[in-house]
Amino acid sequence: MNEMIMQRSVEALDNRTRSPAGKAAVKLTEHIVEIISDSGEGAQKCGQSLGAIAAQMGNGIWTTEIIPAEIRPPARSAAGASGNRIRIGSRYITNGGDETDLVVAFNEQVLLGRVQAKELKPNCTILLENMWRTHADPEIVASYIKTHDRLVAAGYKVYEIPMEQECRTIVADARRGKNMFALGMLCNIYNLDLKLAVDQIVLAFGKKDRSVVDANIKLLEAGNRWGEANLDFCYSIPATRPTEPQIVVNGNTALALGVMASGMEICAMYPITPATSASHYLSEIFENVGGIVHQAEDEISACAFAVGASYAGKCAVTITSGPGFSLKQEAIGLAVMGEIPLVVVNVQRGGPSTGQPTKMEQGDLMAAIFGSHGDAPKVVMAPGTIEECFYSIITARKIAETFNMVVVVLSDAGLATSQQPFPRPKFSETWMAPPVDQSPISEGAKPYDWDDTTGLARRFIPGQPGGMHTLTGLAHDRLSHVAYDAEINEETVRFRSLKLAALQKTLKAPPVFGDPKGDLLVIGWGSTKGAIEEAVEAMRAEGHKVSSMHLQFLQPLPPGIKEIMQGFKKVMTIESNWSDRPEDKIIDETNRRYSSVAILLRSRYLVDIDCWSEVKGQPIKPGTIRRVMNKKLKQQDAVSERLHQPLARER
Amino acid sequence: MLFRNDCISLWLGKGEKAMNMMSATGCLLQMYEEHFELEDYQSGVPRWCTGCGDNAILAAAQRLCRDEGLRPEKTVFVSGIGCSSRFPHYMKTYGFHGIHGRALPVAEGVKMARPDLTVFVNTGDGDCCSIGTAHWIHAIRYNMNITVFLHDNQIYGLTKKQASPTTPIGTKSNTTPRGSYLEALNPLTVTLGVQNVSFVAQAVDWIPEVLFDIVKAAYHHKGLSFVRIVQRCPEWLPTAFDPWMHDPNKVQLLNHEDGLQLSAGVSRIYKNQLQHDPSNIDRAREIASGRDTIPVAILYRNPNVPCYEDLRHSGILRTPDLTRAGLDAELDKYTVWPEGAEQKVA
Repeated sequence: MNEMIMQRSVEALDNRTRSPAGKAAVKLTEHIVEIISDSGEGAQKCGQSLGAIAAQMGNGIWTTEIIPAEIRPPARSAAGASGNRIRIGSRYITNGGDETDLVVAFNEQVLLGRVQAKELKPNCTILLENMWRTHADPEIVASYIKTHDRLVAAGYKVYEIPMEQECRTIVADARRGKNMFALGMLCNIYNLDLKLAVDQIVLAFGKKDRSVVDANIKLLEAGNRWGEANLDFCYSIPATRPTEPQIVVNGNTALALGVMASGMEICAMYPITPATSASHYLSEIFENVGGIVHQAEDEISACAFAVGASYAGKCAVTITSGPGFSLKQEAIGLAVMGEIPLVVVNVQRGGPSTGQPTKMEQGDLMAAIFGSHGDAPKVVMAPGTIEECFYSIITARKIAETFNMVVVVLSDAGLATSQQPFPRPKFSETWMAPPVDQSPISEGAKPYDWDDTTGLARRFIPGQPGGMHTLTGLAHDRLSHVAYDAEINEETVRFRSLKLAALQKTLKAPPVFGDPKGDLLVIGWGSTKGAIEEAVEAMRAEGHKVSSMHLQFLQPLPPGIKEIMQGFKKVMTIESNWSDRPEDKIIDETNRRYSSVAILLRSRYLVDIDCWSEVKGQPIKPGTIRRVMNKKLKQQDAVSERLHQPLARER
Repeated sequence: MLFRNDCISLWLGKGEKAMNMMSATGCLLQMYEEHFELEDYQSGVPRWCTGCGDNAILAAAQRLCRDEGLRPEKTVFVSGIGCSSRFPHYMKTYGFHGIHGRALPVAEGVKMARPDLTVFVNTGDGDCCSIGTAHWIHAIRYNMNITVFLHDNQIYGLTKKQASPTTPIGTKSNTTPRGSYLEALNPLTVTLGVQNVSFVAQAVDWIPEVLFDIVKAAYHHKGLSFVRIVQRCPEWLPTAFDPWMHDPNKVQLLNHEDGLQLSAGVSRIYKNQLQHDPSNIDRAREIASGRDTIPVAILYRNPNVPCYEDLRHSGILRTPDLTRAGLDAELDKYTVWPEGAEQKVA
């Protein structure tokens, strides 16, 4: 490694509050940084590396990908912004946070996209590539100057950076190097260890030619030097190295690692955004441990293939997103009817129909619980953190095989591409299923000998002598014979339903974040966990009596929820799926459509639980949640108060 | 007698006997030497109509299982929905009576998870050639070691007489009261047109001896064996095949030393015979395209097409130790270590 870099990084470590040239670093508790470019200019890579470096230094981080919907959107377009958003903090970070503090933009159009989306703080620092000011095309020059001047006038702190010019002194095609120049500059701004950045370059380009690695290191150093010499500010965000090993991955990688750790052998899938990256990664690693990723001809066959594998004794998983989930419903119904264990992962995106493929939404909960025709009870879980993405798959496989049920795991586009460190998992053999049962079935045993209390029955697996029977999607009796008698049908519907209750009896009440009593309880599920809890913490610090509860199991709902809700004057859910707005002219209590979990809780507990939701395709920000909670606390809603009386009475 | 959790089954290829290796007692090999009778494969009384071609296919399948000594617990019949898809209920093997059109992907999942199982598929002309068409095409492409019976009676039976893709043009049905509008789809030419096709045969239910020979050849082929069985529906299209049944010369039997060898009895009745080498795909396509005669034959066979499950199975057993090692190697890539810690686990 380059000696000078080593030297400098040692200095940087020794004196984190001062830059090498002696600039006084402003100490921060956290900052949100964005790097955005046209697609293909490497801003993603720059952002991921920045996140990894900060995590290595012991900072809390949460990275979020900024993804355009198209593979190659037109260059210099507001909708084409591609990049990464990194929230770096002194303490553990649980979500993407609010608006951006500092942005590096490779052109003014992608920047405009972010401004229009209101993603930048009012006084945000902007580091803007200035090559457009002297571009040959007068229209581009005019657009650049206009945007630049407007941003300055709007109060943004705009620094024009000659990235192209500086990079051209090192590489011929600056498009292929600007990102590392930017990384070097950001390392200077945030006083990050340049040696760790070099490690990231080796990791990213190590497989390529040595000259590629060298060129990128040069670009990194150049960016770092340029920042040092030309920028009049720098920051330090104090970090604490973790005492236990942490891993930094995104939600989809965590899902794939979970599949690997769960002992499942077969993943059947069909390409779909934003789920596919989990299958990409699994395709890479699964065969090393004897697993197979099968890319089926369509979503239906992917699910049917997984059902077949599960039926044959190897619980399988199928990974998809909303549109694929719709298509899988018939095979899911078959698995429910045949009582075949199956894990279905739905990395939700905006819907309905093709919707917003790259955007975050929690719109599929009802489809997961009530999907498939007839009464088709299945288990629905939702990871709330990257770490839970990993463990939820292991749990899902276990539940699926213990109860012979379909388990749906609802992740979403927010978790899929976000990175967050969590303690490194220590593998346990208990995560894996025992080998396929091939023991003989005793004479007289029936393939569906349902237990009258729990609805559970032992499953006969092909290969077990004496267990021969034909599994059928038709209503069937204990012998798996087609039931022509409606009474048998009702009995078996009852047994399949009882299994959910049996599972529910094993669940614990969800923990309450904050005090068990107070003025307002916010209930959430899935990827909003970090943002809700951060907002609750901030509100509590201001003296508000608010708490939150996050549901991991949506079907069955765990016990104890009613008792928890009774500790609060008001209860509301915050979700990223549609709910009608009470302020709309024709919306009232007789027609308002509530958010998914609000509907579930209202129907189960007969309590007037309010909800607030947005479907803007972005993770809900903690600041937004605070505003919502403040409003709810102040709300003197007579109807709401009256409808809350059942809660108060029981208290 | 196998021990739970200790049994590793080894599959030695279709047609050979399965062996079980019991790790609990070292490496003890147990050969199966039991005999099976037809009753060992018979379950219940078929509820098909009298004269339904499904009965002939059932008889052929049960005879095949007995003759080959297939262990009932190691044999799975997978079906979709329709009259023909009731088939598994009448076999005393494992069976999977699934959903309409999806028999093939279910069977593929079974075979991929458990290559040690012998897998058959029963599918009808609606199931395979209409609602499940995508799976049909791709099943041929995957070429997994599965034997597929297409029970083609050219009509929807269970839903009571609607035109199917293989219904001849002009046929009156409940959905085509003025006669069906479209030319029938030819399942043989479609199948023979797919890259990776490895076995295509056609049988008719009214020549049971040849039906059995074809079913047997299909079973012995390693790869996806696609057998279209032209079968009568006495309820909805009782006279559909009369021209062929009444004139044996309209049925063309193809023989070859690598294909069917016809008995003297069959040859006495069916004199319209032709030599056809099943390795000749161009000729197979030509014969399959004929309109006047029904070819009964092994149209095409290529034993050298790789099976998808063989391509995909690495031969690695998914043990906890292997999983631990694999997981740790991956986690090492993403780990942030505490200061001074060893930077690697795997």
